[in-house]
Amino acid sequence: MTNMPVLQLRNVDYSYSARSGVVPAVERLSLDIETGSFLSIVGPSGCGKSTLLRLLAGLLFPDRGEVLDDGQPVTGPNPRRGIVFQKPQLYPWLTVGKNVEFGPKMRGLPRVERKRLAEQYVEMVRLTEFAKSYPYELSGGMQQRAALARVLANDPKVLLMDEPFGALDALTREHLQDELREIWRSTGKTIVLVTHSVEEAVYLGTRVLVLSDRPARTLADIPVSFSTNGTRGLGREVKARPEFIKVREEVLRYVWT
Amino acid sequence: MPARLIGYRWLSLVGIAAVVLIWTVAAELQVVPELFLPHPRTVARTLMHITFTGYRGGTLPYHLAASMRRVLVGFLLALPTAVPLGLAMGYSRRVRAFFDPLIEFYRPLPPLAYYTLLIVWLGIGDESKVALLFLAAFPPLSISAMSGVASVPAERIQSALALGASRAQVFRHVIFPSCLPSIFTGMRVSIGFTYTTLVSSEIVAATSGVGWMVLDAGRFLRTDVIFAGIFVMGVTGLALDRVVRLLERRIVPWKGLVE
Ligand SMILES: Nc1ncnc2c1ncn2[C@@H]1O[C@H](COP(=O)(O)OP(=O)(O)OP(=O)(O)O)[C@@H](O)[C@H]1O
Ligand SMILES: [Mg+2]
Repeated sequence: MTNMPVLQLRNVDYSYSARSGVVPAVERLSLDIETGSFLSIVGPSGCGKSTLLRLLAGLLFPDRGEVLDDGQPVTGPNPRRGIVFQKPQLYPWLTVGKNVEFGPKMRGLPRVERKRLAEQYVEMVRLTEFAKSYPYELSGGMQQRAALARVLANDPKVLLMDEPFGALDALTREHLQDELREIWRSTGKTIVLVTHSVEEAVYLGTRVLVLSDRPARTLADIPVSFSTNGTRGLGREVKARPEFIKVREEVLRYVWT
Repeated sequence: MPARLIGYRWLSLVGIAAVVLIWTVAAELQVVPELFLPHPRTVARTLMHITFTGYRGGTLPYHLAASMRRVLVGFLLALPTAVPLGLAMGYSRRVRAFFDPLIEFYRPLPPLAYYTLLIVWLGIGDESKVALLFLAAFPPLSISAMSGVASVPAERIQSALALGASRAQVFRHVIFPSCLPSIFTGMRVSIGFTYTTLVSSEIVAATSGVGWMVLDAGRFLRTDVIFAGIFVMGVTGLALDRVVRLLERRIVPWKGLVE
């Protein structure tokens, strides 16, 4: 793991202009996201987490300050930075395999190559059996795995995820956490995960960023290490350890203030 | 088909049978004069007669073909013009600002109001009829395509952009297919409205078509022909709708399953 930041926010302000007036969502926020790190972002509802993620994605542009990707200003969405939303947003007219192939196809990769990529990533999220199924024939958790595979097939440097497991039941959620952790470990990608679950944030992150109520500012920035030790399948056990609970409570204290 | 639906289908058949039964009893008992309510048997006989021998110089298949040609030509001309225009209106504020008032102005007009004008311009042949049906078919198609574009989830477009699609690719590979369910709804409304307008179009200067046949029969108090004509029009209308629904199920099987 190098310490070069892949994404940077420098003194970023962002506000929405709503009917009721100007709503500042992010204020003077600076942030360096290191290559290969796993950044979890937590904070009260409506504090500006999604806004922050959209700024990083290039779907929104700062009013002041700048967003840098490898030192270059972000000018719009880019396949270097893949996005996974809470809703999988798969294309219902394409099979799971074709959905995963979408990015490579848009980028003009030759047919053979993109077929191979699709196969590889469908397998990575264990959906090979369903490659020819349509998204509406899949459960919510399977759809979210397919959405993950679709983004990964583009080989992005950074994965931006906005409450990707928020709509899933607790058990599926824990399974997907372990899968995501495994993918992060094996691919070495940088991941930014916005979540409502402090437990999830502490379990998966190498670093947990706690944001203040709107407008979002950094309340705490806590390095954690449960994702780098501990093994697959031991999720529950890790989460029950005293040292895990200690960190989780520490983060929770910030969220509650 | 699930057993549940078969149960309901039975109910539908019972409903239809009840109407036919009441009709037959009323005709047998001569509750109203035969002239107002012909016996189902008479209507069936008339139906056979106009199918094979014809009504005033043309068989039923001939009249039906004339009507279908007008409806389908009008509709099939509207489809490849109204849908792209509607998509463009949904995508670009400018295009919408330009066309929306024009379409919104003529849409609520009763077709007969401007039909006379079309006849003055295009003559009394099929051209003015097809033009009328084209204009009837147009708004439901363009409006449904337009609202289809507006209701594509923003995140669906954003995820496509973040997957490396260009604006043009997003339009072709994401927005257009996303609009298909809405376009199909528009097609069903459009076919229905076009078909309704058909009868109006055949009031004026026609010597063929099922609409004309029914109107003409009315002038001679041939209620049996009117009944037969209405029956044929009803069945044809159902068949048209069924064709669109079959296409819909094949092309947009996800309709109703995905928001
Ligand atoms: N499109 C918009 N127009 C106007 N205001 C908006 C818009 N989107 C968000 N906001 C405002 O910006 C603030 C931050 O929104 P954001 O979606 O970033 O919050 P969040 O932290 O992701 O919330 P949640 O945890 O509930 O998803 C909200 O309080 C909301 O009032
Ligand atoms: Mg949010």
